[in-house]
Order: sequence, then C-alpha cells, then structure tokens
Amino acid sequence: MAETLEIRWHGRGGQGTVTAAKVFADACLSGGRYVQAFPEYGPERSGAPLRAYNRVSSKELRMHCPVLRPNIVAVVDATLLDGIDVTEGTPDDAVFIINSSRDPKELREKLKAKPTQKVFTVDATKIAIECFGRPMPNSPMVGVLAKVSGIVSLDVILEDVKKSFGKKFSQKIIDGNLEAVKRGYEEVREG
Amino acid sequence: MPKIVAVTGNEAVAEALRQVNPDVCAAYPITPQTDMMQRFATFANNGKVKTEMILVESEHSAMSACVGAAAAGGRVITATSSQGMALMWEVLFIASGSRLPIVMPLVNRALSAPLNIHGDHSDGMGARDCGWIQLWSENAQEAYDNAIQAFRIAEHMDIRLPVMICLDGFIISHSIERIEYLDDDTVKNFVGEYKQLNPLLDVEHPVSYGPLILPDYYMEFRRAQAEVMTKVADVVLNVAKDFEKISGRKYGLFETYRLDDAEIGLVILNSAAGTSKDVIDEFRNRGIKAGLLKPRLYRPFPYEEVGEALKHLKAVCVLDRADAFGASYGPLFMDIASSIYPYKDKPILINKIYGLGGRDYLPEHAELVLNELAEIAKTGKVKTFKEYIGVRD
Repeated sequence: MAETLEIRWHGRGGQGTVTAAKVFADACLSGGRYVQAFPEYGPERSGAPLRAYNRVSSKELRMHCPVLRPNIVAVVDATLLDGIDVTEGTPDDAVFIINSSRDPKELREKLKAKPTQKVFTVDATKIAIECFGRPMPNSPMVGVLAKVSGIVSLDVILEDVKKSFGKKFSQKIIDGNLEAVKRGYEEVREG
Repeated sequence: MPKIVAVTGNEAVAEALRQVNPDVCAAYPITPQTDMMQRFATFANNGKVKTEMILVESEHSAMSACVGAAAAGGRVITATSSQGMALMWEVLFIASGSRLPIVMPLVNRALSAPLNIHGDHSDGMGARDCGWIQLWSENAQEAYDNAIQAFRIAEHMDIRLPVMICLDGFIISHSIERIEYLDDDTVKNFVGEYKQLNPLLDVEHPVSYGPLILPDYYMEFRRAQAEVMTKVADVVLNVAKDFEKISGRKYGLFETYRLDDAEIGLVILNSAAGTSKDVIDEFRNRGIKAGLLKPRLYRPFPYEEVGEALKHLKAVCVLDRADAFGASYGPLFMDIASSIYPYKDKPILINKIYGLGGRDYLPEHAELVLNELAEIAKTGKVKTFKEYIGVRD
C-alpha cells in the first residue's frame, strides 16, 4: 500500500455510498491508522450522481479537500459510466471496482483502462437482493474493497458492519448485510 | 484511557459538550450546525447529561435564553452557523458586555445572499469585534480540544467572557476523521465545578444585570472590557498547558509550521491550513524555505506575538476565507498587517481571498501562492496586493 491510500466512490443518492465510505474508514482505524471519510455535498436527491472519498494513512491526514488522484475508484452504479469519466485523475497503477454483472474485460475496454491499471467487477446489486432483499449494493462493495485494498481483513470489516448497522436495523437485515459483505469479498472478479 | 474513534467534527464537539455536562443549552437548528445540537439534544433526552434543553423559536431567542440562564448562575451552551449567528447579533454583545461565560461552537458557513450552506468564514469574521473570545480549529480533534478548553477560559475568574469555537462547515463538521476522545472523568476534572459569579438567583445577594449606563460611566465600563481582553492570552496559554498534561496535545495562541527559518510564509485559518502544510513540505523538499502560521486565538488577537513570529520573513500571503466589503483587504489580512506594522524590517504582505461558499481549497492553490511569494521574495516586486483565487474570470 502507498503511504496514503486514497479512494473515490461514485454512486447515486440512496445507494448507501456514503455509509460504505464511513464503514470502511471505521474498519481501517485498527492498527493506529489515520482515516477520513467524506461525501461531496450537493443538493441531496435520491438517484442523483454523488462522490464520496476515503483517505487511509499511517501518517496524520492533514489534507482537507477532495481526493484528486485516487488509488482506488469504486463505482457503486455502473450506469454512471455513460455520463461520468470515472478515470479522471487516476494514476497508472489505479484500481477500479465496478458493481456490474458484466465481465471485467468488457468494462476494462469501456473504461479504456491502461494495461497497468486493474479492473475488478462484482454483481453487488444481485448479491444484495439475494442476501437481504433490497438493491443496496454498498455492503458487497465494502467487502470487495477490503479484498482489493488488502489493508483490512474480512473479520474486521464484518465486525464493523455489525457495529454500524446494529444501531439501526433488525437482526435479519444485519445478518443479510454480513452475508453480502462476505459474498462481495469472495465473488469479485479481476479482468 | 483515551478512546480512538472515527467521527465527524459535529459529533466530536457534541461529545465534548456531553462530557462537560452543562446546566442549560438553548438552541435552534441551522445547517451545518444542526447535527451537533441534535446529537446533544439526544444525550439530554436519553439522560446522558443533566442539561436542561430549551428548544427556542429562533437564534435570537437562543442567545437571549443563554444570557438569562448564564446570568442566573448556570454553565450555558448553544451552537450556531451563518444566518443563525447573524440573527443573534445584538444579543452577542449583551452576553460579552454582561461578562457571561457562555460557550458556543460556531460551525462556519457563508452568509446570504445568495443563499449558500457551505463553509466559509464570513459569519465568524462578522462577529470578530463583538467582545467574544474566538478559538479557531483546523480539524475535528482541535474542535473537540478547543471546546473543552473553552469552558476553563470563559469561566476563569479574571476573564468571565463568552467563547466561540470555530470549525469549518461541512469540510470538518460533516467529514469523518480519526480523533482521540479523553475519558469522561478526565474531562470532568479538567473543566471542574462551575463557579458562579454574581448569580441572579442568589437572592441573599441581589444584583442587577443590563442596567442603563449613561455617558457618566459608559466609557469606564467599556475600557474595563477592553482591559480584560489583555488578560485572555495568558489564561489561554495556562489552560493549554494543563490540557497538554491530560491529552499530550500542545496548543498555543497560534501554530507555526516550519516558520522559524522560513523566507516565505502563508497565514491561514482552519481546515485549509492542513492542506497548505502538505504543500509546504513539498516546497521544503525542493529547497524552498516556506512556512505557515495558523491563528488559533483570533479574538483577542495576539498582535505582538504574531508580529514577532512573522517579522523575519521576506514575503507573506494572508489567505482569507471571507472578504470585508468596502475595506481594502480581507479581515485576517488587516490583523496581520497591524501585527507587523511596528517593525522597520518586515515582510511584503499580499492577500488572497479563497474558498468562499465552500469552494474547494486545493493543493494547487497553495502552490500558486507559494510560487508567487518566492518570486516576490526574489525580486521585491508585487503584481497585485489583493486578489481572489480559485475563481472564474
């Protein structure tokens, strides 16, 4: 991992993207790391494109502005790919994680990703529907991020989801989300 | 044991207020502060604090209720932003003139019109001369730490003045960061029992608040208020010393970053200072002697100490996240100019207005300014003394 890991999330209002960034930051606290999680605040509307950001570092994080050169780009809604250039500012070794049922190779072409950049896909919406009956792709996406970034273990992420969701949801929904995180972690494909 | 958490700035300050457990809180919602008082009201509702919540119908009423409760003899808090602070305006002066140690987080936000809910310093700067003490905070940790220290400063028997804790709206108030919470008992012992001074409810010793004072005494009263301001800096430093003992974190009247041997420097408040520090490191790596000064105690402004810290530089840019319309320069610039005014040899000063209404302050902005300062330091020539940066032409 680079000294500071910077993540940019692309999602739509109502998909739990901001919650995903928060859960991931919280899980990364372990090991004495510094974390940030923040959305770009626009008019908050369900379905509108939004961005959120994470920074994780062993050093104190002093930068207080959007992530401009993300190491990881997480796309929670693949329909955004038609209207937004999610590769903006990405370095040559950037990693893309896209919620899509399509083959990662196909998306690599669509993104025009450089050969040195990695592209992963996961059908997070399908996993979410199967696990807890709602098209909320954020939990599987957090699982994928844990796997791809390699900076936090599946167990720590699961523990954190349990803690974050425990205050708000029923046991059934929590269990479904935990299963969804696990399946995201396991079912991600590289292309 | 301190607890490490990832929380928003609003959450961190609400936690500090819970740990202090004040007697009275009167508040009215306004973005981006709302979430802080909502959290505090939840603590009150769930019995986590013994605070009496007064949910008022406006910020004018919020500050009026605070004035009444503080005069009655209670430890009192509120919080606000932007238009809310503007609506409190006349009562802010009543709080400070009556020497009431009210503590108020101000989540900095732009002023209308045009309507904008995002972070800039127009609200805090507009209230800089209203007799309140102002502590400014770079991040959630500093906002939390300043909130705790604010009570000791406000309630000090030589001071008895209200304190505002400023933090950037959204950039800090709504962003999650890693911070360290002190434990409840440590905070409780640090802040101590509230000591009343001339409480209205002490019927054995009746006092009057808010009397009419005509020309025969008004000026003496005002001079006394100006004099108490001169005692604040020492109290702030002593409280910081005690705070370092419980937290390990050092605070001064301002923070200097790589400034001692610097030739060029930035003066900048709050969250943008952090972004600037990272850029200063890059310039240092290239052999350019850049540094930074970030005010913390902004009112009363420590003119002499700031002047001493800046006088050896060749060129300084003061970055203001608010403009002072009709004045020649931004508000922070005018204070910095006053600080270095007495010195024969002093840096060339320029002023940039940035980040209004939540416009991002990016590393490229700091780079732009530092490159310009390096050029000024070399040639002694200034193209423009004041301009807006990060703005469309």
